[in-house]
Amino acid sequence: MKSELRKRKIIEFLQAIRDNKMALTGSIILGIFILAAVFGSVFIPFSPLEFGEVDEMLLPPGPGHLLGTDDMGRDVFANLIAGSRISLFVGFTATLISMVIGTIVGLTSGYFGKMTDQILMRITDFFLVIPWLPLVMVLAAMLGSSIFIIIVVIGVTSWAGTARVVRSQTLSVKERQFVERTVSIGADSGHIIIRHILPNIFPLVFANTVLIVAVAITSETTLSFLGLGDPSTPSWGMMLHYAFECGAASTGAYWYYLPPGICVVAIVLAFTLIGYAFDEILNPKLRKR
Amino acid sequence: MNKKLLMKKAIYALITIFIVLVFNYFLFRILPGDPLAMLLRNPKATPEMIEAAKQLFGLDKPWYTQFFDYIENMLTGDYGTSFFYKKPVSDVIAGRIMPTLIMVGFAEVLAIIIGILLGVIAAWKRGTRLDVGMLGFSLITYSMPAFWLGMIMVVIFCVNLHLLPTSGMLTPGATYANTFEFLVDYGRHLILPSVTLGICLVGEYALTMRNTLTDVLSEDYITTAKAKGFSSGYILRKHALPNAMLPMVTIIAINLGFVVGGTVQIEAIFSWPGLGSLMYDALRARDYPLLQGVFLLITVSVVLANFIADIMYSYIDPRVKE
Repeated sequence: MKSELRKRKIIEFLQAIRDNKMALTGSIILGIFILAAVFGSVFIPFSPLEFGEVDEMLLPPGPGHLLGTDDMGRDVFANLIAGSRISLFVGFTATLISMVIGTIVGLTSGYFGKMTDQILMRITDFFLVIPWLPLVMVLAAMLGSSIFIIIVVIGVTSWAGTARVVRSQTLSVKERQFVERTVSIGADSGHIIIRHILPNIFPLVFANTVLIVAVAITSETTLSFLGLGDPSTPSWGMMLHYAFECGAASTGAYWYYLPPGICVVAIVLAFTLIGYAFDEILNPKLRKR
Repeated sequence: MNKKLLMKKAIYALITIFIVLVFNYFLFRILPGDPLAMLLRNPKATPEMIEAAKQLFGLDKPWYTQFFDYIENMLTGDYGTSFFYKKPVSDVIAGRIMPTLIMVGFAEVLAIIIGILLGVIAAWKRGTRLDVGMLGFSLITYSMPAFWLGMIMVVIFCVNLHLLPTSGMLTPGATYANTFEFLVDYGRHLILPSVTLGICLVGEYALTMRNTLTDVLSEDYITTAKAKGFSSGYILRKHALPNAMLPMVTIIAINLGFVVGGTVQIEAIFSWPGLGSLMYDALRARDYPLLQGVFLLITVSVVLANFIADIMYSYIDPRVKE
């Protein structure tokens, strides 16, 4: 009975996505990138990090190299494909970290209240108000520039918004009758939080999280561009970093600096569209408007 | 706003600033790169030298004395000496504040005016092509990394059209016959960084304006006003806009942290001599005292700006009493 209900809810949700132009556009763009990330390298005879000969540097787009080569003779298209893998990986893993921290902090704060709430919310305020890029820049500069450190830094600094949403939702769910009843039959806090509160706040966490993926991808790109990236990882940000350093903008090597930027815009746009659409679908007041 | 709430907000802001200070303290002491660690790695360092260094940096004192010395230094504006510039950090920073304020100021004014205009038009013409176009423009500019837009702007306006200078604040070596010439040169350098940052900010403002105005336009009192026979232009100006402007104040304040991030990128791309490029340079040179000073200044300013916006909000929106 319960699983039937859940199934129907999921089908309704998928239908809402299909009927929502923003969500549909976002999903299609995202789908293309996921396909490119998974299967793309099969079609390209070049390795993204393989340097070319002197006569292969900064070649314009042509039959051999579909999107030309960069200033070190590497194939731009191969790098784009590898970059989509990195971006999606960073986006999803950093968001997972952020989601877990945000949910735990928000739940604890909302459920236990009092002093716990006060302390956790002041820490949340700190992460919410502090200018985020400088913080991430300083942390990345201090901790080193491996891609995993970058992921952790992004995840650890971007959970504040989620914590706020989870906290306020927990506060309202906690007051509902079914929770009071569960308390009165002697259930412990852990059981109530996991079995009764978490399922009720999960949809909101989800909608909030999609937007964080976009933020995480932008910040990896920005950090890499600013020279704080992982040089052994072919990412869009590193491509743009090299393009800027070698002056691709003033020498007219458009195939070098345009494609990675367009990819970043497209993938961030995809997640933003999906995020806004989720908000609309899960928030009935907005849907009717 | 009542005094109790004001006090509460002020205390929250102070707590946040205190956490910033503590965070800063540990970040720049425990992580690699502090001067003592460098000295300890040097095999030629004698115990006396290490002792002298410890005394110099105050590391021979107990941790709480060190911490309070640090807080005192931060509060009195003593941020140490920059490794790179060999000058007090506060002197280096002081010269960089105005350029950033001017650049960001222009960008914000531009973004707010255009953002509000776009948002109002979109909400008013909801569902039309104009609205869809505005939404598309806002979402795409919102998704664009600031530094990349900067590169594109350089390609268009400097490399192809030869209209504007690519970097700096003034033409190097130029002499000015009068103030007007100086202002023209300054302005020509200011346009690209400011407009680029403005474009990055405009999407968020336009979207917020559109959404709140759409909300307001569906309220009962708008229907009442229509029923009374007021013209739609009058309803928009007198009934809808004043209410829809309120959330803009909050968004502008919340957005400040994001603006700072954009500023760092824009200043790095255009070599605009402000705080953002100073931070970028300090990072590249691993100039920790300078980095710490800039970071602290930026964070504390954003916390204070948010606090001020909070107070302003409750003044302009009488409903916020609690």
